[in-house]
Amino acid sequence: MSTIVSLPDQATARIPKRNYLSNENGLLSWLLTGDHKRIAILYLISITFFFAIGGTLAGLIRLELLTPQSDLFAADTYNKIFTMHGVIMVFLFLVPSVPATIGNFVIPIMVGAKDLAFPKINLLSWYLYLAGGAMTLWAMISGGVDTGWTFTTPLSTHFSNTNVVTTGLAIFVAGFSSIFTGLNFIVTIHRMRAPGMTWFKLPLFVWSNYAGSILMVLGTPVLAITLVLVVLERTIGIGVFDPAKGGDPILFQHLFWFYSHPAVYIMILPGMGVISEVVSTFSRKRVFGYTAVAFSSVAIAVFGFFVWAHHMFIMGVSNYAVLVFSLLTMLVAVPSAIKIFNWAFTLYKGSITFETPMLYAFGFMGLFTIGGLTGVFLGSSGTDIHLTETYFIVAHFHFVMVGGMLMAFLSGIHFWWPKMTGRMYPEKISQLAAVVTFIGFNFTFFPQFLLGMLGMPRRYAAYPPEFQVLNVFSTAGASILGIGYLLPILYLIWSLKYGKIAGNNPWQATGLEWQIQSPPLTENFVEIPIVTQEAYDYEWLERQKEHEVTHVG
Amino acid sequence: MSDSQAVATTVDAGHAGGHAAHPPYQRHHFVSMEQQNETTNFGMWLFLLTEIMFFGGMFTAYLIYRNWYYPAFVAASHTLNIIEGTANTGVLITSSFTMALGVWCAETKRRKGLVWSLIATFILGLVFLGIKADEYHEKWVLHHVPGTYFSAQAFVHPTAEDGKPAEKPLAPDMAAHTEVYFSLYFAMTGMHALHMIIGIGILSFMLFRATRGAYMDGNIAFVENFGLYWHFVDIIWIFLFPLLYLISRYS
Repeated sequence: MSTIVSLPDQATARIPKRNYLSNENGLLSWLLTGDHKRIAILYLISITFFFAIGGTLAGLIRLELLTPQSDLFAADTYNKIFTMHGVIMVFLFLVPSVPATIGNFVIPIMVGAKDLAFPKINLLSWYLYLAGGAMTLWAMISGGVDTGWTFTTPLSTHFSNTNVVTTGLAIFVAGFSSIFTGLNFIVTIHRMRAPGMTWFKLPLFVWSNYAGSILMVLGTPVLAITLVLVVLERTIGIGVFDPAKGGDPILFQHLFWFYSHPAVYIMILPGMGVISEVVSTFSRKRVFGYTAVAFSSVAIAVFGFFVWAHHMFIMGVSNYAVLVFSLLTMLVAVPSAIKIFNWAFTLYKGSITFETPMLYAFGFMGLFTIGGLTGVFLGSSGTDIHLTETYFIVAHFHFVMVGGMLMAFLSGIHFWWPKMTGRMYPEKISQLAAVVTFIGFNFTFFPQFLLGMLGMPRRYAAYPPEFQVLNVFSTAGASILGIGYLLPILYLIWSLKYGKIAGNNPWQATGLEWQIQSPPLTENFVEIPIVTQEAYDYEWLERQKEHEVTHVG
Repeated sequence: MSDSQAVATTVDAGHAGGHAAHPPYQRHHFVSMEQQNETTNFGMWLFLLTEIMFFGGMFTAYLIYRNWYYPAFVAASHTLNIIEGTANTGVLITSSFTMALGVWCAETKRRKGLVWSLIATFILGLVFLGIKADEYHEKWVLHHVPGTYFSAQAFVHPTAEDGKPAEKPLAPDMAAHTEVYFSLYFAMTGMHALHMIIGIGILSFMLFRATRGAYMDGNIAFVENFGLYWHFVDIIWIFLFPLLYLISRYS
C-alpha cells in the first residue's frame, strides 16, 4: 500500500525545544492560559472524560436491552440512564467536540492569526463548560433526571420529580460556553485573517466551522431562554407552557427544536469540515467544487433554521405546517448531498492512500449517507408517523451523530495529532481501530433500523420477546464499538512518549498549520504569513519544497 | 521563485520594535490598534445579536398568547402602573443619554465628565430598579404574581376605583389566562432587570477604574462596548413598555 507519510530521519529528529507545550510549566500555566492551543488540549481532555461517562451509560443501556424484561435496572432508573446519556453526549460531547478541540487548535493557525480574537473569553468558555459539566454530574449523582434530553413539557415542568432544574441550568451554563466559542470563531474568521487570506482561500474546515458558529450564536440563546422558562415554571409556577393556566406545551416544542434542530448541524458541520481536509490531503487533489462545498455549509446553516417542526409531526401541528416543514426538510438534503458528491469527485482520479484519518473519513461518508437518507424517511410526514418514537429514529440519529460526527472527530484527531503533539500515532493499530469502529458501529445500529421498522418504541426498558435477536446483535455490536473507542485512547496516550517524531508536515498537506513547526510555537508564526496560494494547492507545496532544497542544499 | 514563497515577509512591525512601536494596551495577537478595536466592536455587536435571540424567545411567546388571549392581555395590562412605567421609560432613556455622554467624555479625554456621567448612569439605573421593585410589590399585593398565590378574581368581578370606571368583566376562563400575561410580564421584565443588575455591576467596576484615571489614554474600547450593552438594554425596554403597558389603553 502506498503512503504519503514523510517523516524526518528518526535518528536525528527532535521535537523543537521551544513550543506551546514547553513554553511555560506548571498547573497554573495551563489553568490561566490564553493560548488557543492549550485551551484546545484542556477541552480535549474534558470532553474525553465526559465521553467516557456518556459511553459507559450507553453500555448500560445496551446491557439492559439484552433481555426483553427490565431486569438489570428498574424502569425509572433506566429512564434516568438514557436521559443522562443523551444530555452528556449532546451538550458535553458532540456540540463542543470538533469546534472546541480541533477548531480551537487549528482555526487561528489556518487563517494565519496568532490566537483567537478573544483569548480570555475562550478560556472562560472552557470554565463554563466545566461548570455545566460539574452541575450535570451533580444532578446525576444526587438522583438523576428522567425526562429525556428533550425536557418535554409538561413532563419536565409538572410530573417529573427529578433534578430537572439542576440539569436545565447546567445546560444553560454549558450553552454559554458554546455561544462564546462560536462568537470567538466568527470574529476571528472575519477580522484576524492574514494578509492575502481572502474568504475563498480559506480551508473548507474554516468555512464549515464558520457556518456552525452562526448556528451556535443564533440558536443557543433560544435554548437558554426556553430552559429558563422551564425552570421558572417548576420553581415559581409561571404559566407559559402550562395548559392548566392557558400556556401551550407545544410552544415549548417549537422553541426547543428551534435550537435543537440546528444543534445537529452545529454538531455535524465542523465534522464535515474535517472530512474536506482529510479527503483532499489523502487524494492529493484540491476539493472538487470548492465554492459549492463552501456555500453548502452556509446553506445547511440557513436551511437548518427552517425545518425544526419536523420533530413535531405527531404533536398536533397543523397539516399545512407539516406539508411546508416536510418540503423544507427535503431541502437540507441538497447541500448535504452536494458535499458527499463533491468528496466523491475529489476521490475520482486522485492518488488515494489509506492512512487512518482517511479510513475514518470513508466511514463517515458511508454512514453519514445512510443516516442522511433515512432522515428523508423521517422528514416525509407519511413515513414519519409510522417511524417516529421508534428505534428507527434512534438508529437514524446515531448514524448521523456517531457514524458521522464521531468518525469525523476521530479522523480529525488522528489527522492533527502530529501537529498537536509533534508525534505520530502508531499507524497499524489505529487502522485496526478504525475498522473495528466501523464494524462495531454497523452491528450496533443497523439492527435498530429493523427494530424500528418492526415497531419497537424507544425509551422503554422492556420489550416484547420477538425483538430479542436483533437487540442481542445490537448489544454485541456495542461491545465491539466500545473496544474501537478504547483503543485510540490507549494508543494516543502511548504515542505521547513513544510515537515517532512527526516533523512539520508528515502528510504533505497544504494548510498553513502544516507549514509551521510541530508542536507549534505559542505565537504560532514567527512571521505573519502573506497568503498567495489557493487552498489545497499541491503544486504550490511542491514548489515550496523545491525552493527549500535549492536554498538549503 | 520568490513570488511563490508565501510564508516570507513580515508585517509584524510591532513586535520587531518591542512595545515601543505600539501602545501598551494593544494585545499581542493583534497587528494594529485599528484591528483590535474593530475586532472587539464586532464581538460586542455579535454578543448583542445573541441577546436579541435570547429575548426573541419571549417576544415570540408574547406574540402568540396576545393573539390567543387578547381580552385577558388588555385587562391585565390595564392593571399595570402606567405612571411608574412611563417614569421608568424616561429614567432609562436619560441614563442612555448620560452613558453616551460618558463615551464622548472618554473619547475627548475629560476625566471629570466621564466620572460624573457614569455616576449619573449608575444612579439612574438604580432608580429604574427601585421603581421596578415598587411595581413588583404592587403586583404581589394584588395577587398578580403567577404561582400558588395568584388570583384572577379581580378580572371576573372588577371594582371601580379612584373615579375610574370599572373594567369590563371577563369570563372566568379568559380571566384565568391573565396568568399567562403576568408570567410573560415577570419573565420579560425580570430578564430585563437582570440585565440591568449585571450592567450596574460592570458600571460600578468601570466607575471605580475611571476615578483612578483609567480610559484617559485613548484605550476606551471597554467604555464604548459597555455603552453598546447599556443602549441595548434600554432598547429592549423601549419594546417592552408599549407591548406590556400600552395594550389598547386609550382606545
